[in-house]
Amino acid sequence: MELRPILSTLRRHKFTAWLLVLEIALTCAIVCNAVFLISQRLHRMDLPSGIAERELVQIQLGHIGKNPDAKAQTETDLAALRQIAGVKQAGLTEELPFSFGGSSNSGLMLEPRQQQPTVTVSQYMGQNILPTLGLRLVAGRDFQPGEYVDLDIALAALKTGDTKGLPQSMIVTRALADRLWPGKAPLGQTAYVGKGIPLRVIGVVESLARPNMLNKGPQYTVVWPIHMTSADGADYVLRTAPQDRAAVLEAAVAKLKQIDPNRVVLVKRTYDQARREFFANDRAMAGILVGVIVALLTVTALGIVGLASFWVGQRRRSIGVRRALGATRGDILRYFQTENFLLATLGIVLGMVLAYGINLFLMLHYELPRLPGIYLPVGALVLWAIGQLAVLGPALRAAAVPPVVATRSV
Amino acid sequence: MGTGTDFINTRVDMFGYYLDLAWRSLRHHQVLAALMVLAIALGIGASVTMLAVLHNLSGNPLPGRSGVLFHPQVDPRPAKLSGADVEPPDDLTYIDAVNLYQLGIAPRRAVMSSNWLPVRADAPDSPLAMYTDRATTADFFAMFGVPFLYGAAWSAQDDASHAQVVVLSRAMNQKLFGGGNSVGRTLVIATKTFRVAGVIDDWNPQPRFYDVNGGAFGKPEQMYLPFFAWLDLPQDYGYGPMNCWGNDPNAGTHDPRVQQCTWAQFWVQLDTPAQAADYRAALVQYSAQQHQLGRFQRDPDVRLRGLLDWLDYKRVIPVTVRMQTWIAFGVLLICLVNTVGLMVAKFLRKSGEIGVRRALGASRRDVFAQCLIEAGVVGLAGGLLGLPLAWLGLWMVRQQPVSFAASAHFDPSMLGVALLLAVLSSLLAGVWPAWRASRVAPALQVKSL
Repeated sequence: MELRPILSTLRRHKFTAWLLVLEIALTCAIVCNAVFLISQRLHRMDLPSGIAERELVQIQLGHIGKNPDAKAQTETDLAALRQIAGVKQAGLTEELPFSFGGSSNSGLMLEPRQQQPTVTVSQYMGQNILPTLGLRLVAGRDFQPGEYVDLDIALAALKTGDTKGLPQSMIVTRALADRLWPGKAPLGQTAYVGKGIPLRVIGVVESLARPNMLNKGPQYTVVWPIHMTSADGADYVLRTAPQDRAAVLEAAVAKLKQIDPNRVVLVKRTYDQARREFFANDRAMAGILVGVIVALLTVTALGIVGLASFWVGQRRRSIGVRRALGATRGDILRYFQTENFLLATLGIVLGMVLAYGINLFLMLHYELPRLPGIYLPVGALVLWAIGQLAVLGPALRAAAVPPVVATRSV
Repeated sequence: MGTGTDFINTRVDMFGYYLDLAWRSLRHHQVLAALMVLAIALGIGASVTMLAVLHNLSGNPLPGRSGVLFHPQVDPRPAKLSGADVEPPDDLTYIDAVNLYQLGIAPRRAVMSSNWLPVRADAPDSPLAMYTDRATTADFFAMFGVPFLYGAAWSAQDDASHAQVVVLSRAMNQKLFGGGNSVGRTLVIATKTFRVAGVIDDWNPQPRFYDVNGGAFGKPEQMYLPFFAWLDLPQDYGYGPMNCWGNDPNAGTHDPRVQQCTWAQFWVQLDTPAQAADYRAALVQYSAQQHQLGRFQRDPDVRLRGLLDWLDYKRVIPVTVRMQTWIAFGVLLICLVNTVGLMVAKFLRKSGEIGVRRALGASRRDVFAQCLIEAGVVGLAGGLLGLPLAWLGLWMVRQQPVSFAASAHFDPSMLGVALLLAVLSSLLAGVWPAWRASRVAPALQVKSL
């Protein structure tokens, strides 16, 4: 198709043409960044937790007053919970991946006397954690009964500096092992916490996410062989078949109340619910951004329809002349489509530059990664498509102008 | 033009005439007019929705009182603490909280924290349930202007004697006592019997400035207990979010009096700048004294932020909301560019008509004014259509399960802002197209007719 007549016509409508280019450019820049923000949120919501998410239920109890024999009570509770029909594993953990509330974190060092810790890890403690959460060991083994230390004894040992009461080993995630000892076998390596307390790696799990503070590395977690009781604030976690979760949850709560009625259930939920709550904010933001994008693309399409209609109206006479001189309807249709394609292309080029500019600004202020290159072709295709769709109506109307218009005065 | 009144009358007449022309012109070009109005409405709807959210989140939680409320901070941390924040901790340790509480130079002060406790009404067999509580001291209610439905706050004497009294929220009073005047009734809270001293009306300043640990937006606690009596209760729910240094992050869970955990919020009322200056000096003096005693390892480093400074410092507005506001203004900008384009199209399409008016004696200024008024009418229509859109947008924000969502409501001042924004932005968008239209040469257009 001959471009020269289009360009010379556009030169006569410089101002409106530039406005359209500017509008497409701004839309392109904002939509690219908004889509990128959405993809960031979706990516966060998709992070793997490493646990058997669809098989877990969680119960947190509140005790009135301090129970002198919390340890025996916890053992009784766990034994009773394992008796419930459908329960495959029962355990106790202080925290779960992707949940609000506190998390227990410590700095891990490669040398005993390091000034700054190498990574800040979140530690899992409790009872029977690996089988209950369904963690997958990729190297080494789970803790043996003799390796466990009770929390109160470990705390007392910390005060006195007696290393015997402290745990000696730990299980790390593969991501953490790769971070601490890249290219080396992690089993048997030692890392240090606190004032140089050594912990030897005896097992590596494929994945286990931290509860929160995800910006410290979502997979930087360890499991410590420290036994807790439900009075220490740890939660009972039961593993069961997905379809049995509701029944198991009710039965477990009833059982626990029966064992000691003087307790209050603080939390009872399936793990799915906990995860959904944690990412509610991300979902909300993604939803709002989708709304904004739709509004923006609509406005831009409306703008294209409006200006194209105006141009068609203005050029009725010349269209008539062209038709009278032998141009087909298809020629006229293609003329307007090509014109729109040219303007959209110019807008997209400017818009991409602007998009990367906005992205740089966001990277500076909001901890956002760089806009991936794939946004360029995809964004261009979408805007081209919207442009063509929007111009179709006015272009068809232009093509319908009969040649006889040429002979009439306006 | 004769007298001044005539002049004004003429102007008013002209304005009315231009409005009429604008109306006719818009009716004549219905499609273009509808496109413009719709574009402005969408832009106004999106930006006003986000502005309203931002406005609600950054509002003054206690207008009229915020000027005299201050948040003291001291720095009890060890001299060397790897990765420590340069600012002193937000909350106080138990010892500092008690010491500053007893300092007694502020007209009013309140120390506080929060957790949840098992509660049972005193009737036999009534169920045990968990309720959230704020443990605080007597001045809390007067200092923050908490409205009472029944009864009154407890006294400083009650604080000193560890009296077991409780102030209920309206909702909790409704649940436990059917909403009646329950002053004097009793409840069992964590195994101890408490007497109801008062019931407060709904009260939930947003942002929840006095304790932003659990997020600055959300529900208030369900009951209020005297701080020192609360500390006596047998409980293992923690004493509010704690920040501890040293080896054991849970050191304070069962023993809130430990030296290495900060967890108590503290607020003072200081009525004059002189009082504030005195109080700041007292904080420095207190820190120096603690330093001498060997309790504080660091040199005195104190803060005394006013309420609004405190909210600013804590950056309570979620980052996502700031970003969304930027994006909303991007949308408005695009809508404006769009409107400029459509207006140029619209005014130029009327070139013939404008030419006739010019030929009949209308000045360029008249044409300019008429076009601008038309732009204003389009803006007003867009704004009016944008209002329900913004209302819909806020409704959608409220449906989100996020903590700040509940405070996203449409307050009347936003109504004015929305219309003003719509008219102003469309006038702005109309300037260049109107100027273009006013340049239309009369002769040329008349010739082509």
